[in-house]
Amino acid sequence: MGTEARRPGLDPREVPILPTFTPDIAAALPGPSWLTRRRAAAAEAFADSPLPTEKDEVWRYSRIDELDLDRFGPAGSIRTGDDPGPSPSDRIHSLVDGLGPRSGLVVTINGVLATLASTVGDDVISLGRAADHPDGAALLGAVLADPRDFPLLNDAFAPDPVVIDVQDSSMTADPVIVVHVVTGTAGEAVFPRTVVRAGAGSTASVVEIVVDADSGILAGSRGDLLSSPGDATERLVVPVTELAVGDGATLSYVSIQSLGAGTWQLAHQASTIGADATLSSYAVALGGSYARLRTDSALVGESGTSSLRAAFFGRGDQMLDFRTLQDHRAPRTTSDLLFMGAVADTSHSVYSGLIRVRRGAVKSDAVQTNHNLVLDEGAHADSVPNLDIEENDVKCSHGSTVGPVDEDQRYYLESRGVKPERAEQLIVAGFFESIADQVPVPGTHDLVARALAARAGGTRG
Amino acid sequence: MNTGELVIDDLRAGIPGREILQGLSLTVRSGEVHAVMGPNGSGKSTLAHVLMGRPGYEVLGGSVTLDGIDILSLPTWQRARAGLFLAMQHPIEVPGVSLVESLTAARQTVPGADSGPDVTARLREEASRIGFDERFLDRSLNVDLSGGERKRNETLQLGVLRPRFAVLDEIDSGLDVDALADVGRRVEEATTEWGLGVLAITHFRRLLDVLRPDVVHVLAGGKVVATGGSELAEIVDRTGYAAYT
Repeated sequence: MGTEARRPGLDPREVPILPTFTPDIAAALPGPSWLTRRRAAAAEAFADSPLPTEKDEVWRYSRIDELDLDRFGPAGSIRTGDDPGPSPSDRIHSLVDGLGPRSGLVVTINGVLATLASTVGDDVISLGRAADHPDGAALLGAVLADPRDFPLLNDAFAPDPVVIDVQDSSMTADPVIVVHVVTGTAGEAVFPRTVVRAGAGSTASVVEIVVDADSGILAGSRGDLLSSPGDATERLVVPVTELAVGDGATLSYVSIQSLGAGTWQLAHQASTIGADATLSSYAVALGGSYARLRTDSALVGESGTSSLRAAFFGRGDQMLDFRTLQDHRAPRTTSDLLFMGAVADTSHSVYSGLIRVRRGAVKSDAVQTNHNLVLDEGAHADSVPNLDIEENDVKCSHGSTVGPVDEDQRYYLESRGVKPERAEQLIVAGFFESIADQVPVPGTHDLVARALAARAGGTRG
Repeated sequence: MNTGELVIDDLRAGIPGREILQGLSLTVRSGEVHAVMGPNGSGKSTLAHVLMGRPGYEVLGGSVTLDGIDILSLPTWQRARAGLFLAMQHPIEVPGVSLVESLTAARQTVPGADSGPDVTARLREEASRIGFDERFLDRSLNVDLSGGERKRNETLQLGVLRPRFAVLDEIDSGLDVDALADVGRRVEEATTEWGLGVLAITHFRRLLDVLRPDVVHVLAGGKVVATGGSELAEIVDRTGYAAYT
């Protein structure tokens, strides 16, 4: 019964009719014929394949066995007659305005495009629905060509895949900001989809925020509200992001997850990095009940570089789950991963990462580091680094730490008269400072630092 | 000007399974400088750790009082709050936490220390008195500092926090002649500025050339085996510790 009570979903009495994820519903979503055919095929493939279980290696330590998909339906297909409530648009604008100048803004509400504004021309960045893009059919799925399980479900049910198409050789200093707002009724499943193509020789940056309409970073700018877990409504959010970094291009990408305390997130970020190209990716994970992020980065062109960073902070009984793949497929490629996080209260984090160096990817250089602070006795962190090296002439290193706040550091501060709880706060903030300073989009630094500090100073639940 | 005393009475302490201090007694009054000298293994550093309450050390008997307050019953931060300071032999790196942050937090708990100029102004003033590069004030504590810079840093914090009694654990190790002079002078000035009482633990006499002791104790086998004036340091320096062990 204990497991049953934690199961996300609905009391069957709350919603009389629960549509499930059928090919019919997928095919009925609006769009050009290539897109509806694509959705139907994905829905059929999904229906024909078993759901993953915790017995599968990449789902070990996860909570996937607790997921009962029948309790959810695609957002918009549940009709209860409730007033959707006031629009969060003012708060969204105050959030994004705080991030400094931008090249464009995309807002989706439950996966459906609500705002689209570009401050640079189409000859620099073409921004819009995949459905309206001349190359939409080719761009969607270009990075994630062979999706399985939840990315496949996103293929089937994403109502409005968004394309950010950065033209070859164009340069923009200011980021395109994408905000996926999740709101509405319990039991809704939301499928945000973003495709970024950084054309050859281009320089661009993208900030993608997946946020509960009532959660901390939208609820207000006051620091004490940043740690608010948002609403506890049970929802399923399956964001998929594809980043195609063309030859010689430089893409900076920041993602911030601030979902509600009752939300399950199953996110997938996949990238391909071309020759002499650079991806600097940075993920911040704050909210959710069970929030999983899979990060796959494939270095497909010679001398490409992938820098992968993540900062996370678990509280309450939430679980933050990270799976990474640094996939070296070409010679002289470099990947550098650093994931740092803390778990407090009875929260749980998982980091499981693989460095794969394929035959022929000579002189590749891969680093994988995961540091975890465990702040309370009931909290727990798993760290599982892995290597799969098929080539000899390579440099690979991995390392991880899991442990409480360093006793000597605490003693040093206490010996100066700092109270124990304040000493711990300072040390935890210091732990995150090194990684907060590495955010590749400068305008987001303040938000990231404040959000992490607010989580660190949050009240114990 | 402070008046008071730090009284160590028949202190027995050590690490689990091993008694290192075996009945150590001495009394430091405000404004006095006491040197504790002794060979390696005599218990000098243990004394410093036990006084400040470092985890891993245990008290087996005896007492330590600061102006009558039972120090040993207090957690470390409250010992600091009562007016005790330890300049560590090996100051600990605290990544991401700056001197300004830590002393701001500390001054919120140390009574009296929170009055007067703000922390940054006090840090600047003390930094210039001790020859500590101001660039380090906003950097992570002790990270990427040389041994000498760390000792200047400890002395700087002493100047900002203005404790009643300071234990200096081998503050002379890793210091060059100039740094030693700066550190020694600053501590000595504190004895007259606000009546700081000093317990300077050292292996060598050279610290005592710049920080002149009123009393010298020779420590051996975990207890004080000889006490005298500054001439005792000269004797020890000439003849070594062999006569005391």
